[in-house]
Amino acid sequence: MGTLLFLIAKRLFLGLLTLLVISVIIFFMVELLPGDIAEAVLGMGATEENLAALRKQMGLDQPAPVRYLNWLSGAVVGDFGTSLISGERVTTIIGQRFMNTLFLAAYAAVIAVPFAITLGVIVALLRNTLFDRVANVVTLTSISSPEFFLGYILILYFSVQTGMFPAISSLNADMTFLELLHRTFLPALTLVLVVTAHMMRMTRAAIINLLASPYIEMARLKGMPPWKVIVKHALPNAWAPIINVVALNLAYLITGVVLVEVVFVYPGIGQSLVDAVSKRDFPVVQACCLIFAATFILLNIAADVGAILTNPRLRHPK
Amino acid sequence: MKKDQALIDRLAEEARKGRISRRNFMHYSLAAGLTASSATGLWTTTAMAQPKPGGVFRLGAHDGNTSDTHDPGTYLSFSVIQLAHTYRAYLTLIEPDGSNGPDVATEWSATPDAKEWTFKLNERATFHSGGKVTANDVIASMNHHRGEDSTSAAKALLKDVEDIVDNGDNSVTFKLGSSNADLPWLMTDYHLPICPANADGSLNWQSGDGCGPYKLVEAEFGVGFRLVRHEDWHLEGAYFDEIVIQVLNDPNARQTALVTGDVDAITQLELKTLALLQRNPQIAIDNVPSAAAITMPMFCDTAPFDNVDVRNALKLSIDRQEIIDKIAFGTATMGNDFHHSPAMPYWPDDLEQTPYDPDQAKALLKKAGAEGLSVDLSVADSVFSGAVDLCVLYAEHAKAAGININVIREPNDGYYSDVWLKKPWCAVQWGARPTPDVMYSLAYKDDAAWNESRWQNARFNELLRTAKAELDDAKRAEMYREMAILAKDDGGTVIPMFPNFVYARRSNVMHGEQLAASWQMDGARACSRWWFG
Repeated sequence: MGTLLFLIAKRLFLGLLTLLVISVIIFFMVELLPGDIAEAVLGMGATEENLAALRKQMGLDQPAPVRYLNWLSGAVVGDFGTSLISGERVTTIIGQRFMNTLFLAAYAAVIAVPFAITLGVIVALLRNTLFDRVANVVTLTSISSPEFFLGYILILYFSVQTGMFPAISSLNADMTFLELLHRTFLPALTLVLVVTAHMMRMTRAAIINLLASPYIEMARLKGMPPWKVIVKHALPNAWAPIINVVALNLAYLITGVVLVEVVFVYPGIGQSLVDAVSKRDFPVVQACCLIFAATFILLNIAADVGAILTNPRLRHPK
Repeated sequence: MKKDQALIDRLAEEARKGRISRRNFMHYSLAAGLTASSATGLWTTTAMAQPKPGGVFRLGAHDGNTSDTHDPGTYLSFSVIQLAHTYRAYLTLIEPDGSNGPDVATEWSATPDAKEWTFKLNERATFHSGGKVTANDVIASMNHHRGEDSTSAAKALLKDVEDIVDNGDNSVTFKLGSSNADLPWLMTDYHLPICPANADGSLNWQSGDGCGPYKLVEAEFGVGFRLVRHEDWHLEGAYFDEIVIQVLNDPNARQTALVTGDVDAITQLELKTLALLQRNPQIAIDNVPSAAAITMPMFCDTAPFDNVDVRNALKLSIDRQEIIDKIAFGTATMGNDFHHSPAMPYWPDDLEQTPYDPDQAKALLKKAGAEGLSVDLSVADSVFSGAVDLCVLYAEHAKAAGININVIREPNDGYYSDVWLKKPWCAVQWGARPTPDVMYSLAYKDDAAWNESRWQNARFNELLRTAKAELDDAKRAEMYREMAILAKDDGGTVIPMFPNFVYARRSNVMHGEQLAASWQMDGARACSRWWFG
């Protein structure tokens, strides 16, 4: 167990270093974009004079490395600064939106993960039957379609034609939890359709891979029913790759949902990132990107730890 | 003529739902056998039904960003402009009939040289937070855009203003460095709402307080706003009890929300699907000619555009009607190469329309010794929806005149900093400006920073200066007419069309007979002018 904790600590430390490198890259990429924040804020109507005034007000007259170090010295003590445009704290701007994104991701994950793994087990059991083929074709079709297209199809059937669910998922503070679930069902369903195929097919492949092993044959020979062979003997050994894929997809649910947010007008963090990039609002871009990067790093660590925990050989190394 | 009662009933029904214009109503009513006077009577009793108060009006607006703010100096997104006209008020406003009407100012007058303008303030105007709107507030609201450190986009608009004084009798006087007969029109600019002043004379815009028809209750920029009626508002209207403005950036989400009834009205329709939306009987579409414009400025000091015959040949080589039909799906007003739309005051209605005439264009090119002309035209997708298609179609039209137009597709990002004013010929979209003077001074005056066609015409500039100081409307109109002719026959800008504002509402949402053309949604004042029928 001690080695495991050491491993986590080491990974977290490397993760922090990665975040630092990412923050440098993001800063200079934003610098490379044509035009600057003053031009973006004032639009086509800007004159040289008020551009200069605005740049001074935003501190853009300082050289880039100085601005980066100023930002970094705040960030290491947890102060992500204020938006260059609205002057509000970055945490205020992003906070609620990040919670919304987490909520949608959790909603989709709670449906998608059990659904995909169960389906994966079933198609492994019924492999090469018609059911297997149909499940594969349907899930592969949904993963191959762009998310906005899936979203529009769902809107067409579930809100325009039948009116079962609202077409736009705007939230307000006095909604009950049930209302919330109802209102955000279509975006969650879109995300479920997008991530299911990957997890299901990995489950299926991992299990089928193991079915040729001698101990599975042994289990079969002693007369176990096929579903029990899979759930009791194959699945525990297949967890590692499945957990990896699940972690990747969870990260995607948080970082890759901009299109779904746009289609369903869901106030998540993706939209604020896009707005911030188009306005060159560096502190907000930086905070959003670091959140996304941290999500990937943490979920990857979780996947590795999960893989170790499910594998006795890794849990008790010689 | 026998009366066709079934048709009359249907017309009355259409009129009640606001789905038919007055002109069409009269036309069909006469065809159905009504006399002109009874048709007028029927129109007033049905379509012009008295506005009634009540209800929550939910408006889906495009163009909202999380980075928007309450600072009037940096207003840019349409959703915020829409909001600004709902929670804040201006000195003057644009009436549905296009005239300049009173808002916070009840009346105004100028000295004969148009150098001093005095605005009398409405005694009844109050802020949502309670205080009366005073001369101090007006001065702070204007000074916010003036001065050295101002970051306001309206700074240039007010650069003639030298001083604003409080006359002590609830009126203010603007003292200008040079004559400007248009100042009351400038006061309708969306950057210039009246906000409360701080004790030190600076402007308190941060609180979101205003003196407009609705009071802000909740505001989340880029997401939505909720407002309730300001019971002490100083003007007529504000029929809805509550307003919800929801930002719906995606055109599809906007239209779906309207179709499913999640919102009552939406801005900016996708023109490609207009015909499909029109078939829905629960939806009424408003198609309003506007003063927004598509321009294609050529550098008049750069070969081959320095030859007026080449410029005119290019103006003759575009089939404007086909452009309107295919690019704007019929929702545009034809341009005639002078930047003055029928939706602006002083529009000269008797000028000859430049036709599509490749033969005449060929003759002009021959005269200029520029047969087989080949020119580059820069454009980007982001200029407006269909911009690249428009240019490609133009290039096809020009082939008939033996002109080769190379359409160059530029990147969207930075188009207005790297292409516009830099490349000798490009496509540009202009927002609506209230008067011809504002438009011409901005982009056609000889020394304007944005003289996008680098056009120098002594007579035009002389007229522009005289017209600006002229308080007599008839004389001004005559000058703008002459300037239009100069721009059309000598200028360097091809103006194929003025795109209409096309927006939609549920058919139970009613509005007056005319819609203001300064912005979408009835000059962005739908929330205070419209009502539920």
